[in-house]
Amino acid sequence: MTTATLPSFDPLAEAIAVVDGLPEVVDAPLPAPARDSELKTKDLLIIDYSGDLEKVWAALILASTGAAMGVRTRVFVTFWGLQVFVKDSKRITGENWMQKMLSAMQRPGISHRKLSRMNFLGMGPWMMGRLARQYGVASPKELLDAAQALGVEFIPCQMTMDMFGLKPEDMIEGMSQPAGAATVIGLMTENSTPLFI
Amino acid sequence: MPTLEITQTIDARGLSCPMPIVKTAQAIKAIPSGAVLELLATDIGSIKDVAAWCRATGNELLEQASDGAAYRFVIRRK
Repeated sequence: MTTATLPSFDPLAEAIAVVDGLPEVVDAPLPAPARDSELKTKDLLIIDYSGDLEKVWAALILASTGAAMGVRTRVFVTFWGLQVFVKDSKRITGENWMQKMLSAMQRPGISHRKLSRMNFLGMGPWMMGRLARQYGVASPKELLDAAQALGVEFIPCQMTMDMFGLKPEDMIEGMSQPAGAATVIGLMTENSTPLFI
Repeated sequence: MPTLEITQTIDARGLSCPMPIVKTAQAIKAIPSGAVLELLATDIGSIKDVAAWCRATGNELLEQASDGAAYRFVIRRK
């Protein structure tokens, strides 16, 4: 009985054959390598939930820096954060007595923020303000102005505006069209680095 | 080495993070591409921050130095 010889298989020869099939390297100038700046950076999405002085400060430092670094930056303003973006000149906001009372208990506006800890009837924020000036730290108001000048979008939450009885004319100039949770989730899952502050 | 022609100087001395970067970002928009901007700062964090900002925005950090009183950064707009 004769044994049929299997067709020979030489992996090295096969590999050489594949390489032989490749096109020749073309002798032509190559395009310049892509620079770092041409890499697509992700957007930044800050959810400003808190109205506390120290958290608003952090949110605005990151927002203004993000925009300064050429990153498309959006701040979704919701719950207590919304009080920060009410005009400083407004004392009482809302339509019914509960909404009015809430704004009376915590005066709205960026210049009237309280610390979450060690507020001591305004002594804490006053000392923070003094220290900030002494060490050349920009105030939340200055950072907000810089952020707006650099093109940061501030998007108010429609649901919270309704709940607190806030009207568009209560809010500072330059706010974007109000939006909702779906907009936030859409941005988060698309191309934004989300931060919840 | 020929001296660089400085189109604009940003004096951020005495200001702390993030204002040196924020002011630089605002000022660089006002100068033409290829023009050179000088930033003076006292914030020690700006040594790392200016380099990071240049890397992220594609502007070129040409020089950085300290004269003991302030840091000086020379940046060319891309």
